[in-house]
Amino acid sequence: MAVPEFEVPKLTEYTEVPKINPGVMAHVKTFPAAEASQTFLGYPWALTDDWQERAIDKMGDLLGKYRSLRVFMDACVHCGACTDKCHYFLGTADPKNMPVARQDLMRQVYRRYFTIPGKIAPWLVGAKDLSKEILDDWYNYYHQCSECRRCSVYCPYGIDTAEVTMAGREILNTIGMGQKYSSEILTKVQKIGNNLGLPGPALEDTLLGLEEDIELDTGVPVKIPLDVKGSEILLVTPSADFFSEPHVESLIGYAKVFHAAGASWTLSTHASEAGNFGLFNGNYETMRKVAMRIRDAALELGVKRIIVGECGHAWRVAYSFWNTLTGIGFGGNDPFSIELQQQLDHRYKQPMHICEYTWDLIQKGTLKFDKSLNDDRVITFHDSCNVARGSRMGEEPGDQFTIPRNVIMAVANNFHDMAPETIGEGTFCCGGGGGVLTDDLIEVRVKGALPRMNAFNNVVQADGVNFLALICAICKAQFTKVIPYYGFDRSMVGGVHQLVSTAIKLD
Amino acid sequence: MTSLTLIYTGLYYFAAIVLIAGVAYRIVEYSRTPAPLKIPTTPAPTTGAGVAMRMAREVVLFESLFKSNKWIWVFGWMFHVGLALVLLRHVRYFQEPMWFVIEFVQPYGTYASFMMVAGLLGLWARRFLVDRVRYISTPSDHLMLALLVAIGVSGMMMTFVSHTDIVALKAFTLGLVTFDWQPLPSDGPLLVHLALVALLMIIFPISKLLHAPGIFFSPTRNQVDNPRETRSIAPWAAAAERK
Repeated sequence: MAVPEFEVPKLTEYTEVPKINPGVMAHVKTFPAAEASQTFLGYPWALTDDWQERAIDKMGDLLGKYRSLRVFMDACVHCGACTDKCHYFLGTADPKNMPVARQDLMRQVYRRYFTIPGKIAPWLVGAKDLSKEILDDWYNYYHQCSECRRCSVYCPYGIDTAEVTMAGREILNTIGMGQKYSSEILTKVQKIGNNLGLPGPALEDTLLGLEEDIELDTGVPVKIPLDVKGSEILLVTPSADFFSEPHVESLIGYAKVFHAAGASWTLSTHASEAGNFGLFNGNYETMRKVAMRIRDAALELGVKRIIVGECGHAWRVAYSFWNTLTGIGFGGNDPFSIELQQQLDHRYKQPMHICEYTWDLIQKGTLKFDKSLNDDRVITFHDSCNVARGSRMGEEPGDQFTIPRNVIMAVANNFHDMAPETIGEGTFCCGGGGGVLTDDLIEVRVKGALPRMNAFNNVVQADGVNFLALICAICKAQFTKVIPYYGFDRSMVGGVHQLVSTAIKLD
Repeated sequence: MTSLTLIYTGLYYFAAIVLIAGVAYRIVEYSRTPAPLKIPTTPAPTTGAGVAMRMAREVVLFESLFKSNKWIWVFGWMFHVGLALVLLRHVRYFQEPMWFVIEFVQPYGTYASFMMVAGLLGLWARRFLVDRVRYISTPSDHLMLALLVAIGVSGMMMTFVSHTDIVALKAFTLGLVTFDWQPLPSDGPLLVHLALVALLMIIFPISKLLHAPGIFFSPTRNQVDNPRETRSIAPWAAAAERK
């Protein structure tokens, strides 16, 4: 590991609220998007001459389209309830990483151009003309937000900074200040079919290789089918599952579960990506286009069920938005959604999370485990922010917390939760979500992981925990990269279905 | 009619129109702006009745704030409950005879003013003492607190220190409602109190006081968690889908 060019925060028993340190993270600038990808996405790639007018027009457009943004701009009373809730503030002490201050970066401009007091007496209400300095602040600090929604839990009006960050990034894109990382991923997923840019033949090779590995390892010919028409189930999973470590271990776990259940299932090359970075940039149209690949694949393959692999924001988009964007779900009464919904099997949730699927089979007694095979592991579970606060599993509110834990406890003997205020709805983001998972933002990622690392360290010390179980591709990639900065071994990071994979009995 | 009475009569009609029309405009604006995506902060209720309960807990008990910060919750709740009781008490100036509940609330409303002002001072102190809150406070945040404290204190002056001619005042306020205008007593504290209240009414629809109607329109709090069962789509998104 290279020596970091910044100070890694020290682990402490409790995450203390730091004294504010203005401007301490102002130097962090994510790499700007280049011409090719921005052009493909329909954005300018350098600051346009009419940036000011364009930005204000776009803000007005978004205020008219999104009630969230409209209400959130007005409703804040600066009470301060959110100021100590963001992991990036806790890890960096930069006051512009306090949720309210991040919102105010936009609110100051909103007030100047869209409210009476801001037009008459800007000094009174903190209103400012949109300047290049403010644009720079937007670019810096809207890329130090992982859109994890922790602030929205604690705001008395439910103001969700993620909505503001998304709007901020959309405005920045509109005037030619896009981010390289998200821009390139959104291009790859639309041109090739997945965020990693893995073409169909390479995917096929990888899956064949995995099948061989599983058979060598277990002696059982577990298949990982690709593009099989007429399958019952379409599995859509983050492309990192195909060859990143530890992600691939979970993919093997899904395959073993399907095998043990005797399910007819397939992956799709066209929809070889569950992740949807359209969410991060607040562009409805792009998010819809990316999501439409799954609908198209489902129609093409004629599947009856759609199941989503371990990925936090992908599950948020799938659970909360797919029905709206693509008709994947139920209750549609328009030809567009009926076309797909009459094909789907109404006895099952659509879409379904892989943890829901596995837990269902466990309850029915379909799957058999040897829990002792996981006995070398002492496990804790990190609730992924987008699953915890942006979606659900199962029947009841909060089942998104119990179902993954139930699965873990069904396949392993040693489980300890982290401190209650750091899990469940109050879970801390891994520090790499929302389009921040890029090396040019490593300082933000390392510092933003501090609250989670403190909570993790406590169970490592107290309970001998040696395995951080995850259900998100971004969490897995982020922790694998960041955990060594805090003195932990990256082999401690893994997936819930990696644990399933270890303990499941195949025949 | 004296010019003082004339000015205050005019001021109150103006303030009432601005308040009612302004807030109505905002409510129409919020309700006409679509919420294209399901974004309740989960875990969220899965039924409409559940959402009504969640909203009631937010509005009455400040549930999210309680989770967040006990100091802000204590001061904020003291202020809002104090204000609610004080406002209920003031209903007596606009009706004759009084409803039972208004009569019942009179003594509580009197002492609730202490709770209200104490809450405000606590919130104000945080704007100086907590570095994070000091950083986000704008001049208008301080002035809003100053305005509310001044309204509270000027009102308490009349209750506890120097009484105004309450019978004449009630004649004035009832006259406003019945369009049968009556003279206004010209005590200092009363005139200050009434002028500041009118100012508060006027700035309500253009200030952060919009958090009051705003919370009912907050998508993270007012949406039902049922996106897999029902398909919702905004008109502008549906129009794009048909293209």
